[in-house]
Formats: sequence, C-alpha cells, structure tokens
Amino acid sequence: MSGKGSKGVADDPGPEPTLGPSCPVHADTSTRMDPFEDTLRRLREAFATGCTRPAEFRAAQLRGLSRFLQDNKQLLQDALAQDLSKSAFEADMSELVICQNEVDLALRNLQAWMKDEPAATNMITKLDSAFIRKEPFGLVLIIAPWNYPVNLTLVPLVGALAAGNCVVLKPSEISKGTEKVLAEVLPQYLDQSCFAVVLGGPQETGQLLEHKFDYILFTGSPRVGRIVMTAATKYLTPVTLELGGKNPCYVDDNCDPQTVANRVAWFRYFNAGQTCVAPDYILCSPETQERLLPALQSAITRFYGDDPQSSPNLGRIINQKHFQRLQALLGCGRVAIGGQSDESERYIAPTVLVDVQETEPVMQEEIFGPILPIMNVRSLDEAIDFITRREKPLALYAFSNSRQVVDQMLNRTSSGNFGGNEGFIYMLLPSLPLGGVGNSGMGRYHGKFSFDTFSHHRACLLSHPGLEKLNDLRYPPYTDRSQQLLRWAVGSWTCTLL
Amino acid sequence: MDPFEDTLRRLREAFATGRTQPAKFRATQLRGLSRFLQDNKQLLLDALAQDLRKSDFESEVSEIAISQAEVTLALKNLRAWMKNERVPKNLATQLDSAFIRKEPFGLVLIIAPWNYPLNLTLVPLVGALAAGNCVVLKPSEISNSVEKVLAEVLPRYLDQSCFAVVLGGPQETGQLLEHKFDYIFFTGSPRVGRIVMTAAAKHLTPVTLELGGKNPCYIDDNCDPQTVANRVAWFRYFNAGQTCVAPDYILCSPETQERLLPALQSAITRFYGDDPQSSPNLGRIINQKHFQRLQALLGCGRIAIGGQSDESERYIAPTVLVDVQATELVMQEEIFGPILPILNVQSLDEAIDFITQREKPLALYAFSNSSQVVKRVLARTSSGGFCGNDGFMHMTLTSLPFGGVGASGMGRYHGKFSFDTFSHHRACLLRSPRMEKVNDLRYPPHTPRNLRVLLVAMEARCCSCTLL
Repeated sequence: MSGKGSKGVADDPGPEPTLGPSCPVHADTSTRMDPFEDTLRRLREAFATGCTRPAEFRAAQLRGLSRFLQDNKQLLQDALAQDLSKSAFEADMSELVICQNEVDLALRNLQAWMKDEPAATNMITKLDSAFIRKEPFGLVLIIAPWNYPVNLTLVPLVGALAAGNCVVLKPSEISKGTEKVLAEVLPQYLDQSCFAVVLGGPQETGQLLEHKFDYILFTGSPRVGRIVMTAATKYLTPVTLELGGKNPCYVDDNCDPQTVANRVAWFRYFNAGQTCVAPDYILCSPETQERLLPALQSAITRFYGDDPQSSPNLGRIINQKHFQRLQALLGCGRVAIGGQSDESERYIAPTVLVDVQETEPVMQEEIFGPILPIMNVRSLDEAIDFITRREKPLALYAFSNSRQVVDQMLNRTSSGNFGGNEGFIYMLLPSLPLGGVGNSGMGRYHGKFSFDTFSHHRACLLSHPGLEKLNDLRYPPYTDRSQQLLRWAVGSWTCTLL
Repeated sequence: MDPFEDTLRRLREAFATGRTQPAKFRATQLRGLSRFLQDNKQLLLDALAQDLRKSDFESEVSEIAISQAEVTLALKNLRAWMKNERVPKNLATQLDSAFIRKEPFGLVLIIAPWNYPLNLTLVPLVGALAAGNCVVLKPSEISNSVEKVLAEVLPRYLDQSCFAVVLGGPQETGQLLEHKFDYIFFTGSPRVGRIVMTAAAKHLTPVTLELGGKNPCYIDDNCDPQTVANRVAWFRYFNAGQTCVAPDYILCSPETQERLLPALQSAITRFYGDDPQSSPNLGRIINQKHFQRLQALLGCGRIAIGGQSDESERYIAPTVLVDVQATELVMQEEIFGPILPILNVQSLDEAIDFITQREKPLALYAFSNSSQVVKRVLARTSSGGFCGNDGFMHMTLTSLPFGGVGASGMGRYHGKFSFDTFSHHRACLLRSPRMEKVNDLRYPPHTPRNLRVLLVAMEARCCSCTLL
C-alpha cells in the first residue's frame, strides 16, 4: 500500500502494454497513442442510456460477480499462489470470502440502499417532500494494488456496481497471475458495455489518468496517491485514496506476552507482511521487549514450524525489487528472531529486529514485509509522543490488559482505524468503514460505505405547484412583520435527531 | 516572507494539546459565535448593505438567521453527534466493542466567497468548530466590509489560540495554500476550485469544494405562469442574482415563453416597483469588474424585460433576455447577476438533452403541474441539488446535504453533514486481552475444519445491515 514504489515505480519492468480482451482492438493509428479513448467513450455512452440505473441491472452484475468467484475459486487460488505464494487458507479468508460476503451484502441490501432517504422538513417546507436521492457518478475508475489483488479490486467494484456506475478496472500489473484472471475471465461475467478492464504499468496508468472520470478509487502508496489526486484535479473528480503508512503497535507492560505475541505475529506475518493495515513496528519498554521476544519466537514456531521456509502457510514477497528492498532492511538494528532470506524463492523469514534507531531505513518507510522492528519507550506518554510526531497511519494498535491504557492510546492519537488488543480483524466487519486519514488517505469504503462512496447524494425538494398564496410572505416589498415571521419559520427546526 | 507561518504553528500547537476535544470547549466556541451574531446584528446588517446593498430582509433571512440556526442546531446536537457510533457485529466480533469514533482532523482552512459573506463563512465554521478543529478563516477580500467585521470583531468571541482570520487577495491565498492543512473547505468558482485541490493534493489534504455552474430551470407547458414567474423571479433576483444556486437560465417552449414574459414583468413590478433602481429590496453588484462583466451580457440575445444599468451604483435592472443562442456569452459562463436568459426547446426530451450535454450544475429546477414531469427531469439528470416547483428552498433544510457534483463540486455540508465533513470517522475495534483460546481457530497450521468455522463466523448475515 505504501512505501517506495509498492505500486510499481517507473523502473519496474512491466508486461507489454495491452488492453484486456474485453476491450476493442484499435486498427486506427490515430488512436494508438491513446488506447483508452474508445473504451471510455463506449462506457460513457452506455451510462448515458441509463441502463445501469435499474436495480435489476445492478443485481445482475452483482450476481455475475458472485458466479465469477464461485466458478473460478480454484483458478483464483492458483493465481494468488502464483503471485504471492498465498496459502489456500489466506486466499479464502482474506480475499475470496471477503469478496463473496461483500457481494452478498450488497445483493441483500441493494433496494434499501438505493431508496430515496426522506429528510425532515421545517415550517416553510412542511408541505413539501424532501429526500436524498442516491445517484451513480457515472464512469468510475478503480486502480488496485498487488498485495490483495482480488479483494482490493473486487470489493470496491461491488460498491461501484451496486451504486449504478460504469466501471473501468485497472488491476495491478505486478500481481500478474491475478491480473490475467481479472482481464480474461471476469469480464465474461459482467455486462461488458458497462465494464472494462484496462492493463498496463505506470506509463499507461498515467495516460489513463489524463482522461475524465467521475470518481476514482485508488489503493496504493501515498506517493502515487498524490499523483492520482493531482490528475483528478483537472476534471474536479472526487477521489477515495486508500494509502498507507507505518502502523504503530503499542504493547503495554501490563499484558500477557504470549497472547500479545500470537496476535501481533499473526497479523504481521500474514501475507508475508504485505498488508497495508499490518502492525508495522512495536513500541514497548525494554522489560516488555524481554518478555515478548521468546513469546514471539514461540508464536512463529507454532505457526510456521521450525523451518518457516518449508511451511505452506507463509507467503512470499511479490517480486525481486521488493525482496531486495526488504533484504536491505534486515541490516537495520539487530536481528533477534529470523533474519534469513532466500532470493531464489523471494523468501524472507519471519523476523524481529531490536536496537533499532528511528533514523534507520526500517523506520523511515512502510515495511510491507515480514519484518517487525521493536522500538523502546519508557512510558505510554513517550509512545504517544512518538506516534503523534509522525504522519497519521492507516492503522494503530494498542495491547494492554488495562482498558484505560487502550482508551488513552485511542483518545490521544489519530489513525484511519484502531484495534485494541487485536490486529486488523475489523477488516472483516463491513459495518466499519475502511479508510485512512492524513497521509494514510481520504474517503472510506466496505459494506454500505462503498455504496455511499460511489453515489452522489442529491438533495431533493418537491414543492407544490399551487398554494402560491402561502409564498406571499417571502416576496418583497417587505414589512417588519413578514420579516419577523419568515425569520421565525427559517429558524424553527423540527429535526433534533439528525 | 511568510506571514502565516507563526499563526499556523500556534494553532497546530494548540490542537496538539487536545484543548479542542472536550464538548465543553466546543460548545463555548459555538456560544461565542451565537453571541457574535446577536451582539453585532446591526453592524453586520450595515456591512452587508455596504458590500452588496443587501436589504435587511435578505440579510436576516439568508445570512444571519441561517447562521444562527446552524449554531443553535449544533449546540443542541453536539453531544449526540460526538458520540461513538456503535455498529452491528458478526459472529467473529460478537464479544468485541465495535464503533466509529468522530475525530477532528486538526487544522482546518475555510476559504469563503463574497456573495453571502457571512453565511458562507460562518456555516462551515460552525461545523469545523463543532467537530473540534482549530480553524483558519480566509474571508473574501472583495466583500471588504464584512471582511473587516470578521477580522476585527469575530475573533474576540472565540478562543484565539484555536482560531484565526487571515486576510489577503489571490496572491496571499496562494501563499496560504502552500502550507499543510488537515482539511480545506472552499466555496468559489470551479477555476479556483482546481487550484485549491491541486494545492491540497501536495499534502494529501481532503477537501470540500462548493463550486458553481449554470443552473437550468425547466418550465413545462403545463404550469401556471404567474406562480412560476413569482418563484423564478424571486430566486433569480435575490441578492441581485449573485447566488450560486439561483436559476441561471430558463428552458421552455416558445408558447410558454409568451405566457411567462408578462408574468415575469408582473412579478418584477410587484417585487421592486415600477422603478426597480429605487427599490430598497434589490441589491447591487459587488464590484466594478463584475458589473462590467454583466453589462456586457446585456448585449446577448434580445432584451425582453429590463436591461437598464447604472455604473455609478453598480445597478443592473432585473432583466430577461430572449432569442439567446447557446453559443452566446450569457450561456457560456455562470451569470451570477440579475439577468435571466430564456432558451427555447420543443419538448421535455430536448430540454433534458440540453442539460445533460453540459456540466453537472449545483442546482436544477423543474416547474410543472405534473409531478410526473418533475420526476422525469429529476430521474434523467444529475445536479448537486434539485427542487421541483420552487427555487433554492432546499438550502434552508439542514436535513438535506448541500453540495455539488462533477464541475459544481465535491463534498457537502449543512447541519450534521457539516459535523461529519469536518470529522474523521475512525473505525475502532476493542477486543478482550483474554480468551486467547478462541483465536486458536485462526492460527496456522490450518485445518479445513477451522476454516469452515471461521467462515461462518465471518458471515455478514449476522449484521443487521439493513439498518445501516
């Protein structure tokens, strides 16, 4: 999600830029320079016909997405294994099932979400009908990353489709196995007049961003997030940016080390650490560090065995570039646990670093790998200072037996999300919004939040065409009395519940 | 060289102390705002009269009362809005505490325009303060009387460690925008909106942009011309047309145009007398630049009503233009003045086509005795807001979000929407530090059985999400 080039820097060798088979091939040389023009125009024209508006159409798209997931479960698991050595368990739990749940939720609630929301009226609008209408924006662009290439592509897609938009999907070219399935198989399950997959690397994405979209949802690094937002400015396109940061994990002296170690380790090494909401570094006292280290070793051994490299439950690093980046980080501080790496497999052992300085590279960028540095602090206050001096992270974790300590950490910091005595399990709860703040992003989605994100909320008032005499009060010329009455009418609110 | 550095640092330091977090502090600020409005009512009426020749009536109704109502609403609901919002849980999180916490962003910048210089400064301010932010206010230098009151009088009513007014023109605003803010709220033109968003992108600052556009006003053949004329005229000429949500142009058939013109003349005479220039109820154009801009538009099409202007007063008569081409200047930019062009269409479909070929406006109006027609216009177009059979009354309802779409803006506010706009909604999950055995299911090495149980626990069905 963040860190240098986690989305793919210019020097990242990408595949030959092509369009997915769902897009028309252009023989016309004048459009060879812009491979997206026709596709985008086609989708806009489709949107203008209004075909995506009825609930039946949207439900059909969502059911198509559902069948895609069910029909191609093995194919997708294989692709995820190919891209990230993701175990079937991780693929199910963090990708396929999450997507399926989101589709099911949207299908179940579609009519309710689409309904006009009545709004309270005041004295002067008492006889009118006031409501908020949810409308699709039009043409939506979703740019997805490589670390959860199914989840972070399809969950936004659910929201965009449910909200009635036409969608252009730009999956990551770095997770090539999944990209292929999304480009070649997924479109067969959707109405291709309203949906397209476009492929390419940073250059093609730059070209794509020169076009007008009505909404852009981007998941990736803050660096590229800025580029996307700047491009969006040209057309005043609203954006949701799901970015990243270094997610602090405060571990209090008052805790059970093994419980904490289990929870932190699981969330840190899940997907070989390539998770935007993973705990990035630990803050704790030296005493707690001493208790934690053996507990972390114990957890790692329990999860991955004595030889983690041979465990089927540990993923691999996505590509050489990131592997080398992470390998360099192993030189920071001192290796307390793990530290092994194997370039031929892009394997990095579940690692814990200690004696780390704030100025070292491992504390300067989002780690996005199975390396967990521990920084020492003397007190909760020092930990909070450390955290608040830095950019607001996407996630923040606090472990303590004391609810007071957890609350203090919650109240005195800010972050996209917060977990007390737990990692990012909240990702499984669609009733919680997922989104960043500050450098970690803007906007949010999941569940109904996705639908709302991809909808324009249009304020509507339907007045009576008659009863004009009632309006006499508001027209000039004014008397003191009419002024008084109108002022009172404007000021009297009937809604206290908002 | 940087006049804002110290001020911004001071405000950030104040925010870091946590001073603005407690409800008590925020309520005090809001009550301060309330007293500001009450104590200085005459001063504000005079300033608005000086800047825009706004009548007391217009000032009361569209500036002071609206601002006061927003403060009152915020005070009444502050604690409710601030509360953590519990959310439905699934089996996997049944024993946890799951909620959304509303947090201030930090340092908020509000850039306000000149046309409703009190309303469009204070109503956002209410939301920003209620949400617990420190605020920098940049009122418009163009409405310089109100600017003076906001700069010199308003701060006395607020905690100045957490609030500042900064002054200046485009150059100073550009300098201001180079700094990092945690939220930027801008009301103004799309052109400057782009500049603000570009500056915000550098710091990944979220923005709300309340912009503008040409707000179409469709008038069906099936209507009572006088009723429609009254309503359209009032909303068009209010504040001498300088309203972002005013009906900008009419679309109707030639037959309806014929019925409308005398009705519009009748409404104008009723509202402003035979000599509108001497009516106390008609405002003036804000400055020379805009006056000259509008004067030039009087040359478009053919004047059917009004058309007079007086440079010494920056007066433009309530005007209706006909025989206007879509290519003429008056149809190329947001008018923002008391000039109402009428364009002819042959049918509802043609009107809708005309509308949908253009940028999405901030407001859209449809007048018809037939609710079917009104609903069709609503269903086949998009806009920030919509009103059937009336003008921008929807703005007076704090239960409706106010904001644009497409070129007319992004984000929304008013009422609770303001509070939500200026808050970060932080998803929180608090779990017990005990009961670790329950987690055994999720840890590797995995078994198919464990996975099955976990998947059931994850199922969204347990959430009563229809209530969301």
